[in-house]
Formats: sequence, C-alpha cells, structure tokens
Amino acid sequence: MEATVFIISAVIVLTGAGGVVLRNNPVHCALSLVQTLFGVAVLFIAQDAQFLAAVQVIVYAGAIVVLFLFVIMLLGVDRAESLTIEPLRTQRPIAAIVGVGTLGLTLAAFFVAGNRKITGKVADNINADEPNVNQLARSIFGNNVLAFEVTSVLLVIAVIGTVLLARRPARKLETEGDR
Amino acid sequence: MLAAMQPTTAWYLVLASVLFTIGAVGVLVRRNPLVMFMCVELMLNAVNLTFVALARHLKDINGQTVVFFVLVVAAAEVTVGLGIIVAILRRQPGANADDMTLMKG
Repeated sequence: MEATVFIISAVIVLTGAGGVVLRNNPVHCALSLVQTLFGVAVLFIAQDAQFLAAVQVIVYAGAIVVLFLFVIMLLGVDRAESLTIEPLRTQRPIAAIVGVGTLGLTLAAFFVAGNRKITGKVADNINADEPNVNQLARSIFGNNVLAFEVTSVLLVIAVIGTVLLARRPARKLETEGDR
Repeated sequence: MLAAMQPTTAWYLVLASVLFTIGAVGVLVRRNPLVMFMCVELMLNAVNLTFVALARHLKDINGQTVVFFVLVVAAAEVTVGLGIIVAILRRQPGANADDMTLMKG
C-alpha cells in the first residue's frame, strides 16, 4: 500500500519539479510548484507527519504560491521566457556538472551513511498511539519554545523589511495647486 | 507485488536527493528571478522530506520540529525575497538574473 502511494506521489513530485524548471511561462511554473508541494504533502502523510502535511498545503501551496502568483500578476512578468536562448555560453554545461555532482554526492552520502550502524542514543520519542499533533506540540512548545519565540521576532522583522523594500521612494507631498 | 513491498527510508532519501538536484539545476539554468526563487523552494522541500524520513527512521519527533521551523523561515524568506524582486523589477522592468550586475566588481 505504502509503496503504491510512494510511487504515485514520487511521480507527481518529480513531474512538478520538472515543470518548474522547464516551463516557459512563470504562471505555469507556479502551478507546477503547487503540484510538487502537494505531492510532498502526501509523502508527509505517508510518513505519519499529518500536522506538517496540513501546514505544507496551507502555508506553502496556499500562502506562498499565492504570493508568487500575486507578484507575477502585479509586475506583469508573465511573459514567456525562451529557454533555448542562453547568453552565457558556459552556464548550461556548468549547471549540468553541478547537477550531476550534487546528485552523486548526496546519494553517496546516503548510501555510505546507510551502511553504518547508528551510534549514540536514539531518541525514540515517537509514540505510534499518540496523535502526531500532540507529540509535535510537546516538542515545539516544550524543548524548543525559545526557538519558537525567536521565529516570531523573525517574522516581524521580515514584514517590516518587506514594507521598507517594496515601498515606493518617498516623493515630495503634492499640494492641491500643483495638480 | 507492488503492494507487498514496503518503502524504506532510502526510497524517500533518494527521492529527496533527486528533487534537490532538480532545484539546484533550476536555480543555475533559469534567468527569471521569480522562477529561480521557486527552485529554491524545491530545494527546501527536498530537505524537509529528508528530515521527515529520518525522523521516522530514528523515531525522533525533533526531525518534524525542524521542518516546522524551516516552513516558518521559508515564509519569511519568500516575503523578503519577493519584496526585493518587486523593488528591482519596478526600477528595471523585465530584468532577469543576468541584468543584475550593479555590484559586479
């Protein structure tokens, strides 16, 4: 059962990711991104991370992609970009090398690590009988409550920074007579 | 046959690795700053997938806690990043990554 779920969502994730990279139109890229994020949410559920799956759909597929689409529409950059033109001639070969290197290194790291025994203490604090939300809440609001508080500061700073960045440069106040 | 097979942690890790690579190549190949940003999100999702897979493998809920914090930081990062992109594109409409050479030495 889980293998079927895995294979179907892996196909969804990878076709979506391919769409983000290969589609010409930024709006199509954003929609492919939704597909990938949704597939990842399904994989989260398959691994008993129900809360994260819900947050993934609400925050990522909901808020973040809507923000992307909003900026695309606001700036009118929804023109198609031709992928066949590449002004920097060495860019594509270097990207291919980096891609193969990244894939090779991560896979090698996984398989080297997978052949070793786990040393040290395993936390073993996931209890299959207790709801996932309860366990996650105990971790976030218990051991990691300071980090949680700091993220709220981070979000406030991000909001203030965005307002400052995206604001139009201040102009002199226009009086009625000037118009 | 397929239904009897149980996916191991390695399957999830390999999928995450492929997803990360697609995201990394996307950042390098694409020139539209918005699409480059979406590719960064792909890489973040690949890492999240790794964390959740290992959280289950090691029976450690803290792996999921990290993913929660990554989601929060990703939200903040997208807000600031899109603010910067809006500021750049307003000054220079239709700019792509190759046009942003103001700080070139």
